[in-house]
Amino acid sequence: MSLFQVVPDHSQVNKQEIILSIRDLSVEYQTRRGVLSAIDTLSLDLYKGEVLGLVGESGSGKSTLGKAIMRMIPSPGRITKGQLIFKNQDLMAYDENQMRDVRGKQISMIFQDPMTSLNPVQRIDNHIIEAIRVHEPNISKDEALSRSESLMERLGIGRRRLKEYPHQLSGGMRQRVMIGLALALKANIIIADEATTSLDVIVEAQFLDLLRELKDEFGLTILLVTHNIGIVAELADRVAVMYAGRLAEVANVDELFHNPKHPYTQGLLRSVPNIAMDSQDLYRMDGTPPNLVMPPSGCRFHPRCPHVMDICHQKQPWLVRVDEIGEGDEQVGGYDKHLASCWLHQEYQGATQARRY
Amino acid sequence: MELTFGTLCGGGLLLVGLFLLYAILTGSRSLRNYVITRLLLVVPMIWILLTLVFVMMRILPGDPISTRLKPGTDQATLDRLRERAGLNRPIYEQYWDYITDIAQGDLGVSNNVEQDRPVTDIIGRRFPATIELVMPSILLMLIFGIISGALSANRHKSTMDYSFRISSVVAYAIPIFWLGLMLQIVFARELNLLPVAQRINPQYANEFEHRTNIYVIDTLLAGNLEAFGDVLKHLVLPTVTLTIALVGVFIRLTRSNMIEILQEDYVTASRARGVPERKVVYFHALRNSFIPIMTLIGLQVAVLLAGAVLTETTFSWDGLGKLLRDGIALRDYPVVQGAVVVFAITVGVMSTLTDILYAFIDPRIRF
Repeated sequence: MSLFQVVPDHSQVNKQEIILSIRDLSVEYQTRRGVLSAIDTLSLDLYKGEVLGLVGESGSGKSTLGKAIMRMIPSPGRITKGQLIFKNQDLMAYDENQMRDVRGKQISMIFQDPMTSLNPVQRIDNHIIEAIRVHEPNISKDEALSRSESLMERLGIGRRRLKEYPHQLSGGMRQRVMIGLALALKANIIIADEATTSLDVIVEAQFLDLLRELKDEFGLTILLVTHNIGIVAELADRVAVMYAGRLAEVANVDELFHNPKHPYTQGLLRSVPNIAMDSQDLYRMDGTPPNLVMPPSGCRFHPRCPHVMDICHQKQPWLVRVDEIGEGDEQVGGYDKHLASCWLHQEYQGATQARRY
Repeated sequence: MELTFGTLCGGGLLLVGLFLLYAILTGSRSLRNYVITRLLLVVPMIWILLTLVFVMMRILPGDPISTRLKPGTDQATLDRLRERAGLNRPIYEQYWDYITDIAQGDLGVSNNVEQDRPVTDIIGRRFPATIELVMPSILLMLIFGIISGALSANRHKSTMDYSFRISSVVAYAIPIFWLGLMLQIVFARELNLLPVAQRINPQYANEFEHRTNIYVIDTLLAGNLEAFGDVLKHLVLPTVTLTIALVGVFIRLTRSNMIEILQEDYVTASRARGVPERKVVYFHALRNSFIPIMTLIGLQVAVLLAGAVLTETTFSWDGLGKLLRDGIALRDYPVVQGAVVVFAITVGVMSTLTDILYAFIDPRIRF
């Protein structure tokens, strides 16, 4: 697994402070064929200052999770249960007005396609002014603009560029504008939803460098939603792997890449192409992601799993610790813990006593 | 300067001209070229229309003289009248005179509709009537059509959406003259609330000076509030009829555009920035869905200004549409040709204007 250069920088991470805690979150979509369970009882903690990579196939629910945190699940979907504890408050209890205060100001989102994420008939500066004045209506337009000017300058968007329309900027520039909009109000958490997917590799590399710098400078916590394992290796401190609406594995980035515990993660890592290998070496996982209207019983991965056992058909495995438990280390969960939901590893603590995280 | 319909039209054209001049002077080089080309194109467009109308009127059986006189009039009288009207000359001579007269601003003299009156005169009295009917209808249509279309889109698949959708199809499918007749029967004959037809009660017609021939303006200028009220009452039924006939398409167009725009990433993105839903829908989304809507507005205004033929006929409204209809029925060549000139100019100006307004609303459009 030396194909990934993992250079995580833990210096900024506060391993004690959980900034956002997702508890037992479920999201369902009402479809014509039945109820689609996009996210099923998912729990995940986001620590202050970390970059958490959220990876998975298309349709695994990773983007849905990002939207669910903002409580922006489009109809006919809805959050059916769970809590979103942010700064000791449950966002699920907020009304729409309170939620609007959170969006953009506390939690920001960067979207997949910078080409379509800016209003084509509004100038860049109007976007910024609006973003600021929505949350601080007493500020004048000039004030809002001058306040963001240094930030935009820092992002390489000069004063002259602010007067232009989105279509006059390149893709990379637009994505930097999106970051600027996300940072304009000094949000604590940035959800980057496939933010680099539509950029070419050079621009993508620049974008990642920029994100890394900004992260340290602004003390951001970033949820990096992506299907690109390489980006996770480069930028993330920790990784959460999603499969069919559930978490398969959560670990810090070294641990996950060098010692994956869940068969799905193992397959995922083996199926990343590398320039040094023969085309035959590339692993292809059998089967397709499940239909979430009628998900497989028990472990949702069992139809594709090379290690499938009887119990996998019957019972859903919990997310449990799979790393060595050290002295005086009874505390469950936590930043450095390696978690996986697989029957192969439930015996670690004895299946009956398995603790849920 | 005295306020007449002529000065009003002149003022309107001056404003349009100033706007075009502004576009030419401040716009890019390509915009400048575009505007100039568009304006120059109006000339051949008018010429083609005039030629078409000239030919078609003469293909129709009968001519102004035979429609005017009783059947059985002797041939000598017919020939004498035809000669006087110049209808016995070779067709190419007639065509040449016709085109050169129009080029000099002379639209000729009416044969039958209002015998021996200059066509410019007739149009000067009829065009204002059409404007008086069409402007409030367009305004109502815009307000009602866009608001209900936007509401419909915003509450996609709600009961309100379905009821707007159904009523817009119904409104679109109703024949305009039938709707007019029904409204006349219900509100004028049965309930006796509003006048049946005409622009004004004849008792008021001579109480004020007809300066612009837009009665709403004239009665106000004369300070005659009673007559003003009467004019408004007369306006209600035709305006409502025309609005209902037009609004269906608008509701549907606004709705489908809005639904599409509301799915756009930038709408989601502005929600994610905490922008209030109302502002997202009625500012960001509506402005973007306005771009295709504007094309339709431009075309509708142009077509309607040329005469809402059915509405005007149903309500005996002495506008351009009714003039055109009467002119064709009575084979009044100069009247029909004159009306077509107005039509061509209106369409030419409106479509150029729409195209240029585009560039102002949508920065992506480059000419």
